[in-house]
Amino acid sequence: MTTAAPVSSTASHDAGVSQHVGANSLGFAKPPAETRVVVAMSGGVDSSVTAALLHEQGYEVVGITLQLYDHGVAIQAKGACCAGADIHDARTVAGRLGIPHYVLDYESRFADQVMQDFADSYLRGETPIPCVRCNQTVKFIDLLTTARELGADCLATGHYVRRVEGDGGAELHRGADPGKDQSYFLFATTPDQLDYLRFPLGGMSKDETRELAHRFGLAVADKPDSQDICFVPNGRYGDVVRRLRPGAVEAGEIVHLDGTVLGRHDGVIDYTIGQRRGLGIGGRKDADDSEGPLYVVAIDAEQHRVIVGPQSALACHEVRLSEASWVSRHSGYRGDVARHPAEA
Amino acid sequence: MPPRPHLYFDNNATAPLRPEAMEAIQAAMGPPSNPSSVHGYGRAARMAVEAARAEIAILAGCRGADVVFTSGGTEANNLALSVFDHVITSAVEHDSVLRVVPDATIIGVDGEGRIDLDQLRDVLGSLPDDRRGRTLVSVMSANNETGVLQPIADVVALAREAGVATHSDMVQVLGKQHLDFAASGLDYASLSAHKIGGPTGVGALLVRPGLRMTSLLRGGGQEQGRRSGTENFLGIVGFGAAARAAFDDVAHYRAMALWRDRLESRLTAGRNDVRLFGAAADRIANTACLAVNEKSAETMVMTLDLAGVAISAGSACSSGKVHESHVLKAMGAGVDASRAIRISGGWNTGEADFERLAELLLAL
Repeated sequence: MTTAAPVSSTASHDAGVSQHVGANSLGFAKPPAETRVVVAMSGGVDSSVTAALLHEQGYEVVGITLQLYDHGVAIQAKGACCAGADIHDARTVAGRLGIPHYVLDYESRFADQVMQDFADSYLRGETPIPCVRCNQTVKFIDLLTTARELGADCLATGHYVRRVEGDGGAELHRGADPGKDQSYFLFATTPDQLDYLRFPLGGMSKDETRELAHRFGLAVADKPDSQDICFVPNGRYGDVVRRLRPGAVEAGEIVHLDGTVLGRHDGVIDYTIGQRRGLGIGGRKDADDSEGPLYVVAIDAEQHRVIVGPQSALACHEVRLSEASWVSRHSGYRGDVARHPAEA
Repeated sequence: MPPRPHLYFDNNATAPLRPEAMEAIQAAMGPPSNPSSVHGYGRAARMAVEAARAEIAILAGCRGADVVFTSGGTEANNLALSVFDHVITSAVEHDSVLRVVPDATIIGVDGEGRIDLDQLRDVLGSLPDDRRGRTLVSVMSANNETGVLQPIADVVALAREAGVATHSDMVQVLGKQHLDFAASGLDYASLSAHKIGGPTGVGALLVRPGLRMTSLLRGGGQEQGRRSGTENFLGIVGFGAAARAAFDDVAHYRAMALWRDRLESRLTAGRNDVRLFGAAADRIANTACLAVNEKSAETMVMTLDLAGVAISAGSACSSGKVHESHVLKAMGAGVDASRAIRISGGWNTGEADFERLAELLLAL
């Protein structure tokens, strides 16, 4: 994955874009009051501050929250409302700011474009980042289209990335806070999408964002950062995959690199390369102690085998990339990645 | 802050409070008002509740004694359905009917949303004799999404012939035409205050004298034991005042039919992507259900809201998300259902409002 994004220091701290003479902080040559901005509001502190910041700057802010999955089903609680607490939080923030706010039902798109792919990816023995697919499809295709239909000049999100106007058009740069950088979530963003997107928090640190949230008096100011995948609220993604693909998950063997069968597992989806904890196998009594703890070093989805080995076996000589996205139109980076495996 | 033209065309969801209702509520606020109390305050409250009951009876064409106050149309529907073991209903009913009796026998509708009377006749004909007395036919008078009127007189005739009781959700027709519950042959009917410019949280179930009743709420035995709990005093006072004002205002809706029809014909003449739903059927005067362009209904609702025009699409759940309309689906509207928006005028909607809306929609 690459963002093809050279670090630049030209971004404005106000709104994460470089300023042109006569342009407002979002780069439009008109007053903020005449600039309509759709803010993708998740109910978290980042997107809430994004909306509040742009509202304070005088933009015509429209908040949109996506209903992506049935919260009641996700937490498997009978009688829970279809909308989770996050939607409630987003609505509360929008109400406090006095901006229009809408909830769009994207459940079926999310299921088709994100959750199915998530399950299939695990079944192939991979460890997917569903947020990448979500940004790539649901947010930056479907929501972006809706924003355009609403006559918005741009779509703003609370991602910690910076959009910089370069000579060849908009460039995607890492967020200023290295601890919060989210550019890898957005690696698949196309130039057309990037042209329409704005990331007002790109120049800020998380602490600054929280300070702003307090200054704006937002109820979400101290809300913890989300760590889990949104539709896997308890972290048990294996349950989600089993629900989405009943019968597709098969038990199999846990095998050492040397061929010794060490135990059994309930499905390769529960394992990730590099995983050490929770393998369900003790150390090998006959093994040389110097080998140290065992890690998952490979997953053979076809044979339903999890292959384990010492830490040293995790080192690799080749990284295969796919779906490379050259974000910048004139970056000069070109190439067929699949044909250029790094030579050891 | 709602911007610009301030056109409110979502009266089938709720109507603005009529000034008469607001004044009546304001005048009644303050004193301790439990209509069951023996003392003077209680007697005054009882007088006010009974006066309101009489106004509602006049508007609905029934006796005051037939009116059971409830918390709204949903409770009235639930209450009526709870009396019976088996329910026959239409595919286009409100969720407060369809979701209450998931095992109901559902009668289909034609492409304009009118109930299939032949199917109803067949279903009634095949009822075993011992079930007739425990069966209810529940068909709404007018649909909330399309405004399409159901042939209630025919429904009642078929049900009577089969010895089966009838209920009608009259929430959307109340105040829009002269009603005569007593002469309709219906056994039960549901009403709601806030659709006619009364407050939310109050409605009524009409019950033909001498009919079976159960109660969902038991306790102090208010409403002749049919609905316990201290009456929603201010709500009922507001409902009564709104009913009185609505009775004097029915002619407004005769004029509105013309304004609505003109809006629809201007749109169909001015654009080639317009589709009307239920327009060939008899409808209440205030409602138009149509697809104006290629945009989804969801997008249209937002676009118009940002332009200061309040309309709706389908029916929204408490989280505000829009569901696929079961009404348009039952009418066989196909993919166009996802583009359908609902425009519904109310007691303070004028001819000029319809004209401004037409111009706005033509300019989209």
